[in-house]
Amino acid sequence: MTAQAQATTIIDVGKLVGSVEHYRNEGYRLVQIGCTKVGDTYEINYSFDKDYHFENIRIVVSADTEVPSISGMYWNSFIYENEMHDLFGIQVRGMNIDFKGTLFRTSVKYPFSQPPVTVTKGDKP
Amino acid sequence: MSKQIIVPFGPQHPVLPEPIHLDLVLEDETVVDVIPSIGYIHRGFEKLVEKREFTEYVYVAERTCGICSFVHGATYCEGIEQIMKIDVPERAQYLRVIWSEFSRLHSHLLWLGCFADSFGFENLFMGAWKTRERVLDFMEETTGGRVIQGTSKIGGVRRDISSERLDKMVKDLDILDQEMKELTTVFLHDDSVRHRLRNVGVISREDAYHLGAVGPTARGSGVAIDMRKLGYGAYDRLNVPVITDSCGDCLSRCTVRAKELFTSTDLIRQAVSKIPDGPVEVKVTGAPDGEYFTRAEQPRGELVHYLKGNGSKFLVRSRIRTPTLTNIPPLIKMLQGCELADVPVIVLSIDPCISCTER
Repeated sequence: MTAQAQATTIIDVGKLVGSVEHYRNEGYRLVQIGCTKVGDTYEINYSFDKDYHFENIRIVVSADTEVPSISGMYWNSFIYENEMHDLFGIQVRGMNIDFKGTLFRTSVKYPFSQPPVTVTKGDKP
Repeated sequence: MSKQIIVPFGPQHPVLPEPIHLDLVLEDETVVDVIPSIGYIHRGFEKLVEKREFTEYVYVAERTCGICSFVHGATYCEGIEQIMKIDVPERAQYLRVIWSEFSRLHSHLLWLGCFADSFGFENLFMGAWKTRERVLDFMEETTGGRVIQGTSKIGGVRRDISSERLDKMVKDLDILDQEMKELTTVFLHDDSVRHRLRNVGVISREDAYHLGAVGPTARGSGVAIDMRKLGYGAYDRLNVPVITDSCGDCLSRCTVRAKELFTSTDLIRQAVSKIPDGPVEVKVTGAPDGEYFTRAEQPRGELVHYLKGNGSKFLVRSRIRTPTLTNIPPLIKMLQGCELADVPVIVLSIDPCISCTER
């Protein structure tokens, strides 16, 4: 089975815009932005692809860190940035389209920043 | 400048099988801007990973979508297998290709029917769905499920297909090809269909690429991206042609999907001719500790499953990036400048799957 080559580089949040600009200038497309809660911090992965060459850059932020938007370079990033705001509560500065928390209308605010869900006995498969 | 008005499109609309809301900003009959809104059926599947063991989560991953369910399950399994360095038996890899391609046939035929419905060609809609029944029958015969197959598991697949059944399947593909040929001839050559779709919802190659378009939406604009070229499963042993078209309009996206039907039947034939004998699963012990981005070509385009484990039986994170989510920004670009009457056709042309998007 072929493993898909993938590299992840961890950078400071202050270098995010510059790093993303590099990928934009090199002709990479934005594949996705995804957030993961790890303990009290959040890992945010920015994935790029060019000719099936897949690379990621990762920033690790706390809950109160404001993350700069990359929508100036990748217009389509608004869909992912609004998602990580609505589901994780990550504050993103300077989005081109800011839904202000209404892209995902969840009953629990920032559900992915909450403790793990509780499964009651009746919910067991 | 004419006075601008906002017309809501969806979440309930005759052409929308699932709810998405678009605020269309109009000047007279021309759409000048679009504001999308989703979230009506968000199910929190990704959150469930915290309380379902990684072996059970296959069933959750499969239910991300009711059309390409098999691809979601197989992609999730591949991610776990890569983290745990599990060597999946070759026969299982070929079986995954066969079921994945049948999922693509199912999805494209379903879409062709819905698309015909969107431009008012009811008879064509019925023809496409009649042909789709053959595909669903095969899925049911070999997996037990028409929509949710449940055959992928970590370490392989749950069911095998006998050689006799595979031989019969190849013969049945000839009948399917003939039906699809008659069907796609209408989609690609009928004057009324071409007139309705040509130069509608145009997106350039450059815009499609930089706005993140994937799948037939990208390939319809000449962007030759197809994740099967990564060689996951048994695709590295098969000849996978990438179908593209250059006009970037609704007819181009339709053309790509129509031609991909025959690519899928050809890939199934190739897989059947090369499938080796042997086991279809291996025993899995331990738990995933590490992370992996799995990418696969779902019928609508590039699918990404990001999985992260910490050595326990519960994953830390499952992040599913579906093709429709990334095709929404290109959709906005397609809609800007179009006529109001063209909106339903253009929205359908990206083959939106909101269930996938709202995983």
